[in-house]
Amino acid sequence: MTAATLALLAAGLFFAAVASLGVLRLPDFYARLHAVGKAETLGVLLVLAGVALWQGPTLTSVKVLFVALFFFLTNPTATHAIARAALRIGVRPLAADAERRP
Amino acid sequence: MIREHDSVIVRTVVRALVPFIQLFALYVVFHGHYSPGGGFQGGVILAASYILIALALGRAELDRLVQEGAVLVLGALGVLIFALTGALGPVLGAPLLDYEVLSLPGVHGPEARALGILIIEIGVAIGVAGALTLIFCRLAKAGEGGGAP
Repeated sequence: MTAATLALLAAGLFFAAVASLGVLRLPDFYARLHAVGKAETLGVLLVLAGVALWQGPTLTSVKVLFVALFFFLTNPTATHAIARAALRIGVRPLAADAERRP
Repeated sequence: MIREHDSVIVRTVVRALVPFIQLFALYVVFHGHYSPGGGFQGGVILAASYILIALALGRAELDRLVQEGAVLVLGALGVLIFALTGALGPVLGAPLLDYEVLSLPGVHGPEARALGILIIEIGVAIGVAGALTLIFCRLAKAGEGGGAP
């Protein structure tokens, strides 16, 4: 049980680190946003799954799973809304500019 | 007037989540004296659910659910519940905010105090939820160039 928990926590931390790296290193707004929206969601979900597993079948682990479900629904939705708002106010994707260059 | 968000994803997720957010707000209010939480925090979560409705589903939807006048009355009602419960002590010859005067048959001592705290928390939650929702409504209206409402 401890080994599985540690594996989940390590995997979660790995994805969270990749998300941070993406925010720091990716070239444009939408690419950075997709690092947060995908990698960070998976990282947090894995960490919460590890915590729930470590707690065993208790009320606390059920609460943790509800938090995970809430995060699973809201983080991608927020990312989606932010990306739409950015597109609406005219933030251009890097690829769109690259395509127009001959 | 804040219009409905044009993304169907945002609207659907908000529609699905708002009841659970409000349920969680009630949990935070009523569990406040056993765990982190309480009237203010629960009231803020409740107000946030209504602000979320206004932002994602449009101001018209919020107006359909709660009238602004009713929100104002609820905000004042919360303060009134707090003040009256606190004033029960001096009126019945005990110190201010001493809830032991709430003793009913079968409810006395610490239990009466817990009951008093719960009533106060409910008052705080109603007041905070009403006030924060009203602040959002008024600020949103003022930001539209309509001037002070």
